[in-house]
Amino acid sequence: MEKILKCKNVVLKYGTKEALHGINMEIEQDKITALIGPSGCGKSTLLKCFNRMHLDDNATVEGQILFNDQDIYDPKEDMVELRRQIGMVFQQPVPFPLSIYDNVAYGPRIGGVKDKQQLDQIVEESLKQAALWDEVKDDLKKSGLGLSGGQQQRLCIARTLAVKPQVILLDEPTSALDPISSGLIEETLMKLKDEYTIVIVTHNMQQAARISDYTVFMLNGSLIEFNSTKQMFEKPDNQLTDDYLNGRFG
Amino acid sequence: MNEQDQLMQSSFQTRQDHWGKLVSYFCITVIGLLVISIIYFIAARGLNMFIKDGVSLKDFLTGMTWDPTVTDAHGKPEVGAWPMIFTSFAVTILATLVATPLALAVAIFMTELAPKKAASFMQSVIELLVGIPSVVYGFVGLVVVVPFIRHLFGGTGSGILAAVTVLFVMVLPTITSMSIDSLKNVPKNYREASIALGATLWQTIYKVILRSAIPGILTAVIFGMARAFGEALAVQMVIGNAPLMPENLISPASTLTSTLTVGIGNTVMGTLPNDALWSLALVLMLMSLAFNLLVKLVNKKGVSRNA
Repeated sequence: MEKILKCKNVVLKYGTKEALHGINMEIEQDKITALIGPSGCGKSTLLKCFNRMHLDDNATVEGQILFNDQDIYDPKEDMVELRRQIGMVFQQPVPFPLSIYDNVAYGPRIGGVKDKQQLDQIVEESLKQAALWDEVKDDLKKSGLGLSGGQQQRLCIARTLAVKPQVILLDEPTSALDPISSGLIEETLMKLKDEYTIVIVTHNMQQAARISDYTVFMLNGSLIEFNSTKQMFEKPDNQLTDDYLNGRFG
Repeated sequence: MNEQDQLMQSSFQTRQDHWGKLVSYFCITVIGLLVISIIYFIAARGLNMFIKDGVSLKDFLTGMTWDPTVTDAHGKPEVGAWPMIFTSFAVTILATLVATPLALAVAIFMTELAPKKAASFMQSVIELLVGIPSVVYGFVGLVVVVPFIRHLFGGTGSGILAAVTVLFVMVLPTITSMSIDSLKNVPKNYREASIALGATLWQTIYKVILRSAIPGILTAVIFGMARAFGEALAVQMVIGNAPLMPENLISPASTLTSTLTVGIGNTVMGTLPNDALWSLALVLMLMSLAFNLLVKLVNKKGVSRNA
């Protein structure tokens, strides 16, 4: 089993306040790993560490995060290249105020793809992978902002896929969507895991149970339990996990 | 008082609401009346020359000689406003062309790159620049810019170049601060999303942020143009006030506004020279209406594009 991402004693501080207290875990390639836990437990913070998206908040990260055995916090590491390898989809769908086509082509274009035919192909392929192609194939010139919330989120997934990353990070991608759109996105993710490693933060335990292979339970900035999803939801190792999953707190 | 009476009576809050509405409707009516009367007044005076003195619109807009006190060989007054109209546009467009790239650069620096402290310091400097009265700009132009141009290129030093220099400094803060506002209005998560796709900061600024801020930036530019077009005092102090077609950037010229400010005190109400000035005012007013319309159009486009 290939471990694509490895956290070694990751500590994250906002100024002097410690938000992650030494996280150790390994994420397996071409599987879906879900991060769950009550709000404020640090799951989104941890997710953002994986592609160094702690932008202007004064966060400092200690410890190591290895991506294909390469330390991504190495000062020599090229962040632009890293983010092309590890893509991210946010909680709020954020299509740019561009056409659907230009939204999907954005990543490849800034990466230097100019050939129209190649772009067309990437756009079509990415939209198909994100299960949006059939709905928008006649409206590629229309603004991405005209789509419904669920369509916008799938557009954002397509946009991330167009860069051809190895890992896709999703930060509560369905929490702003209705159940039908959420279902579509879950289906999409299940199909994508053959080719992509997916790490998803979700506040929805059932969602984690439905789609993930591994589940990580976090609490107050610490990793409480890392287990296969089946094991965790049937018979968790840790009492705290059991309490949380059964709604005794959180 | 029984319960029903109490319910039927209007409460203090309802009456407050009622009065509030009344006051704001009153104010709106006053403002509306003011605007209408200004338009009526200027239009009536401005059209006087065409109706009473039989000056043709074509002569006024395309004539090259401005000397309303004398009449030409055909007994018609010399009221060719084209040199002034041309100069007004030339000064406005040149000043905006020079100011816009710089204003954009400053705005981008302040919103995207500068540390917070530096940005807020620069913000107050820009606000200060907006607040400086135009006579001060004109005065600095007169004692610094004009002699400098005279020294460099000879001649009197007054002219379009001096006016453009002064106006450039005057419209720069206007365009900058409005561009800053429109850049700040770009949703923060556009930045995140773009960075997460492997874009560099410059790619993000250029391809996403500037693009979504375009309607706001265009509005800023138009406001800058309106300010340059309407500025009278500072321009009058440095442009030379010769209502001639400018031969080059340093020959004395005159804009619509400077001709107006110079002439309006020296003419008698109701005479042709006075009416001719009112016609210039009418052109100015129509132009500012056009600028306003342009802003509306740009914003409408921006809204429908983002909807």
